[in-house]
Amino acid sequence: MKKVSFAHMGYSYLGFKQLVEDMGFEAVVPPNPSPATLDLGVTHAPEYACIPFKMVLGTYLEVLNKGAEMIITSGGVGPCRAGLYGMMHEKILHNLGYNFEIFVFDPPLTGLWSFFIKLRRVIKTAGISWLAFVDVIRRAWAKLKLLDELEQLATGIRPYEVKRGDTTRTFHSCLKIVEQARSQKEIAAAREECRQLLQSIPRDNGRRPLRVGIVGEIYVLLEPFMNLEIEKTLGEMGVITHRSIYLTQYTATDVLAHGAQDVRQLAHPYLNQFVGGHGQNSVGEAILYAQNGFDGVIQLAPFTCIPEIVAKSILPRVSRDFGIPVLSLTIDEQTGRAGIETRLEAFVDLLRQRREQMEARSNAALLPGY
Amino acid sequence: MASHIGFPTALFYYSHYPFWLAFFNRLGIEVVTSPKTTKAILDDGSREAVADACIPIKLYHGHVLTLKDKVDAIFIPRMVKINRRTTFCPKFLGLPDMVRASLPHLPPIIDLQVDASRGLLGFWPTCRGLADLLGRTRREAWSAYLEGRHHHHAYQKLLQAGYLPLQAMAKLRGETVDAPARTPGSLNLAVLGYPYQVYDQYISLDIIGKLKKLQVNIWTMEMINPARLYRLSGRLPKRLFWHYSNLVLGAAYYYLRQENIDGIIHVTAFGCGPDAMVDKIMELDIRKFSRGQIPFMSVSIDEQTGDAGITTRLEAFIDMLHQKRRGNR
Repeated sequence: MKKVSFAHMGYSYLGFKQLVEDMGFEAVVPPNPSPATLDLGVTHAPEYACIPFKMVLGTYLEVLNKGAEMIITSGGVGPCRAGLYGMMHEKILHNLGYNFEIFVFDPPLTGLWSFFIKLRRVIKTAGISWLAFVDVIRRAWAKLKLLDELEQLATGIRPYEVKRGDTTRTFHSCLKIVEQARSQKEIAAAREECRQLLQSIPRDNGRRPLRVGIVGEIYVLLEPFMNLEIEKTLGEMGVITHRSIYLTQYTATDVLAHGAQDVRQLAHPYLNQFVGGHGQNSVGEAILYAQNGFDGVIQLAPFTCIPEIVAKSILPRVSRDFGIPVLSLTIDEQTGRAGIETRLEAFVDLLRQRREQMEARSNAALLPGY
Repeated sequence: MASHIGFPTALFYYSHYPFWLAFFNRLGIEVVTSPKTTKAILDDGSREAVADACIPIKLYHGHVLTLKDKVDAIFIPRMVKINRRTTFCPKFLGLPDMVRASLPHLPPIIDLQVDASRGLLGFWPTCRGLADLLGRTRREAWSAYLEGRHHHHAYQKLLQAGYLPLQAMAKLRGETVDAPARTPGSLNLAVLGYPYQVYDQYISLDIIGKLKKLQVNIWTMEMINPARLYRLSGRLPKRLFWHYSNLVLGAAYYYLRQENIDGIIHVTAFGCGPDAMVDKIMELDIRKFSRGQIPFMSVSIDEQTGDAGITTRLEAFIDMLHQKRRGNR
């Protein structure tokens, strides 16, 4: 059986593990990213490559050392560098003497034919029929959707939890339940069970959490190791977070279609051009959050990420025009947890004071949760 | 209407200035360029621009600032595509928006898009838009466009004849410029990098001048036909997305094939996104294709890079090439 692996991005590895196993391969599950993974990546990556590049390279090195023979990953259309990462990783790893196959899937809309050819090769290697493959995809998709849903649910509950850390613990036991579920039926059952588990966490509904939107680059947004568990940290400070990107929603709007048009429309007065990656989205989504009455926006960007640098230089103007505080955090291999936490605490304090001032001015308390 | 238009001497200045100069002049508009880069200009730019940007972008902000009070409008075209195959670095794509968001109290910015992926006429749609904006007729715009193209071709011809961009522009202005001379027997060095990084004397720490003083024959990517560079850089399994990167990489492959080249230097800016890829590919492929025979040095420059440090590195590299030559004989 061929040993197949993939990159680690948030909790999606559960979905991809199932996908690969159901196709009849042996899955080499990438280990949770650790400082050692990052060190491996940093050693062999170009200095100014962004942190996702280094992290993924480190992950590949780890799975190749565990015996992976084939890697499946996603490509891109540019002008963000991520579209070339498949090629670069292959070049660097071959130069280091590793022997393996890599399949880079570009978004199907950019080249339906090459997408189909590659897919056919993968399916042929797997030795399953197209019909079976469709079923495999549908189940993996259901699982990924469930993971996104649970994550969203958990971030909504965390600020209300009575005992600190309850939600995170429950969420991790939910992940175990989801991992066991394989068929559509089991996934539906797991969904019910996990929702109940999360809903039954003791809560103090008298609190009035702040609402913060998180925009930025997909990898640092999705991978908790990379963003130093920003959603957990903020949640425990009493903030409801909303991420602009969830994997399944992103796949549906940006990979399989032409992107979220409403968000791009909003960004137009400030950035009237697609700049690759999530640059234009970050601007548009910050505006969307402002319009929906969020208290603040946090931008997460990997150091040297080109589209996010463009967005970062424009966000202060959005912040001024819409009266919404924006905090830009740049993440690289030197980023420390304490530094990020201090900045988040200061930001949350600022948002609290701002709300109090606004309430004092309007002589009325804003409704809980708003 | 705008009779003085500002053109910052940074980024695409080195590739397209002759075209725009001729175009605007033909329409009776004076083009005001910013002065040569100085420390003050770079410092102003670094202060105003977003901290993570690369030096060329910060420098561009600085040059825009010097033009602020002198002109009726500043011309910052949005360079999207100048051929069908590639686009520009995202920082070029968002350039007018970045400048507008970072710098307060600017004169109007003309930020028409340059997108030559449709149609055969390159800059013409942009020129047509400019004419509409400036209140000129299509006919005037067309003749100005032709004039611009004429100048651009003349400029390209000079570049391919071996003139460096600033010399070629001087020659186009009618100044007397020494014809490029090569000393037989000296070292031949390919100096590759984005034109806005290599030819800006301040942010490149005058690498070209320093090498000339060391009596080295310099070869650059502008000396080769861009179409040829594109063919060569197309050998990668996936073409790079960015126009200038394709040229640099193509030039690296081109000079690898030339027998007389002794070494290759890549000049890059700190924090340059595309170069993180280009530099690594160059490093790996130069070693692979020349079987380790052609020395390669990558010079990365930021605001803090010292003049003496660069001089030492260049001298050491040249010494090494001399030794290698003697050893081979």
